[in-house]
Amino acid sequence: MKKILIIALCLYSSLGFAQRIKGSDTVLPLSQKEAEVFGKKNKGSKLIVTGGGTGIGFTALIDGNTDIAMASRKIKLDERLKLQDAGKAFKEVIISYDALGVVVNPANKVSQLTREQLEGIFTGKITNWKAVGGDDLKIVVYSRETSSGTYEFFKEHVMNKKNYASAVLNLPATGAIIESVSQTKGSIGYVGLAYLEKDVKALKVSFDKGKNYIAPSMATAKNKTYPITRPLYFYYLTKSEKSLKPFIDFTLSAEGQDIVEKVGYVPLN
Amino acid sequence: MRISALVTSITIIMIVFFLFREGVGIFKSPSVEKGYVIAVNKSNAVETLNSTQLKNIYDQEITNWKTLGGKSQEITVFRVEDITNYYSEEELGANMEYLPAKISEVLAKTPGMIAFFPSTYLVKNFKGKVLPLKNISVANFLGGTEWFPTAQPSAQFGAWPLILGTLYVSLIAILLALPLGLATAVYLAEIADKRTRNFLKPVIELLAGIPSVVYGFFGLVVIVPILKNTFHLDSGQSGLAGGILLAIMALPTIITVSEDALHNTPNAMREASLAMGASKWQTICRIVVPYSSSGITAAAILGIGRAMGETMAVLMVTGNAAVVPHSIFEPLRTIPATIAAELGEAPQGGLHYQALFTLGCILFIMTVSANLMAGYISKKKRLA
Repeated sequence: MKKILIIALCLYSSLGFAQRIKGSDTVLPLSQKEAEVFGKKNKGSKLIVTGGGTGIGFTALIDGNTDIAMASRKIKLDERLKLQDAGKAFKEVIISYDALGVVVNPANKVSQLTREQLEGIFTGKITNWKAVGGDDLKIVVYSRETSSGTYEFFKEHVMNKKNYASAVLNLPATGAIIESVSQTKGSIGYVGLAYLEKDVKALKVSFDKGKNYIAPSMATAKNKTYPITRPLYFYYLTKSEKSLKPFIDFTLSAEGQDIVEKVGYVPLN
Repeated sequence: MRISALVTSITIIMIVFFLFREGVGIFKSPSVEKGYVIAVNKSNAVETLNSTQLKNIYDQEITNWKTLGGKSQEITVFRVEDITNYYSEEELGANMEYLPAKISEVLAKTPGMIAFFPSTYLVKNFKGKVLPLKNISVANFLGGTEWFPTAQPSAQFGAWPLILGTLYVSLIAILLALPLGLATAVYLAEIADKRTRNFLKPVIELLAGIPSVVYGFFGLVVIVPILKNTFHLDSGQSGLAGGILLAIMALPTIITVSEDALHNTPNAMREASLAMGASKWQTICRIVVPYSSSGITAAAILGIGRAMGETMAVLMVTGNAAVVPHSIFEPLRTIPATIAAELGEAPQGGLHYQALFTLGCILFIMTVSANLMAGYISKKKRLA
């Protein structure tokens, strides 16, 4: 018993000095890699990175259970007000960008769509591939879960903030979307740039009513010609800025941004 | 012993209490997120809007006030970000300090406008009309057919497709699992010789030990494509896929529990039946199975319980589209899958969070009533 107590105490004290990073599962792999490299360079520092979701990260920040909240969406008014009520000032920093690719089954003839057509498909107005120049085949729409930052982002950016059709199939993970789209002939879905692979076909998209169609790639995302990109954030309290600064500066540095690209996200510059 | 029993029951009561306390909260708030208001021009005759109407307005399904009982007038939708379409950056001030006044101004100027903005931007002499919002009603929550918990400005909490989805999947699962499970149990308890049983029992128990994510993955990669190709579906992700998977998962429970029940039939009864000239088959059908019917019912209920509450596997294979299912080949969404998928991102204490707890309450009521029903049935059987 005594031994356990001592071990627990040791664990607790070592945790006490560690900085905790929590939140979005999209940002998670990036933060993990950054923390790993940063930890190797700065022996004294200790970073604990956990996922759970953007909402979980903000809740933890409000309750003081984390030092940095990772987020794949901007802080909501609700959460902002709660931080205000708790008398906690916070800062927001964009650490990288993420691009979403619209994918279809490789057997699909369609290889490009305009934003308006995408909106029609995801809101349920267009239900057959015939309407957008494909075969006579029912469109099966795959989306991420309602609570994921990716879902919100796609809705705001591509669908003009309109709601998804009820019949849209919601899958819990990007891997499940890839798997389903590669199996189902009439399917369409969206995934992060890092997940694009040859089992699915990425569509070129046009946000200027069909004048220019841009294919998703690291190059087009970097020079900002590809339209479906979103920022990824770190949120932290102003009062802990001093202790967190080395890590955040590292993430924003050239070396940190190199890691961003390696993990599959789009660097800031 | 007494203490541990006490602790257990107190814990259970506390969980139930917590669940219902969080779950009831949703009926005390309107469907628009706290801290936001909906406002229209003063000249507008429309007095109040419900959440479906709000959603349709912002999805631009309803484009004229006439449909909502107002004058014939185009609806102009306004969100805070849209302010830059009406005023330049300079007019709004360097730190957006004139924003609240400008919202009030633009609303007064445009007769057909509906505005959705944070209540902190509500100026004192506001020139528009703030619409009073109705609270979410129990009937709307249970009977609503649209589930858009993060829709803005007005979230849609219609649990009906989710409740139906849960019942559908459980029903399919139990219809598939019960005959199969019962047959296996009878075979194991009455017919199989010792060697076969010693081999089969651990294999079946192994089924129970497989984590549900693994089942889910198996379902996604194997069952879903098979269903799609066999029935020529647009997508194999359907209620049937979920039902089949849950049936496989419920099998070990059903087999083990009902086999135990069959074993408990006194040998004297079997021997008496055989001595009367009944065949082995007649003995099983007329004596052993009826005698252990309460145990078999218990097995079925435990199986249903497992099916209703199962989350991960279902999440992966049913497609999770929140629509009222018309056939078993359509995708559906169950309550546990909804809770598991959404709780992580819902702001704590918010409307969405409470709605998920309310779903939890509904699920709890469903499973408890299934259990009570089972108790009632087996009691009735015993009396007869």
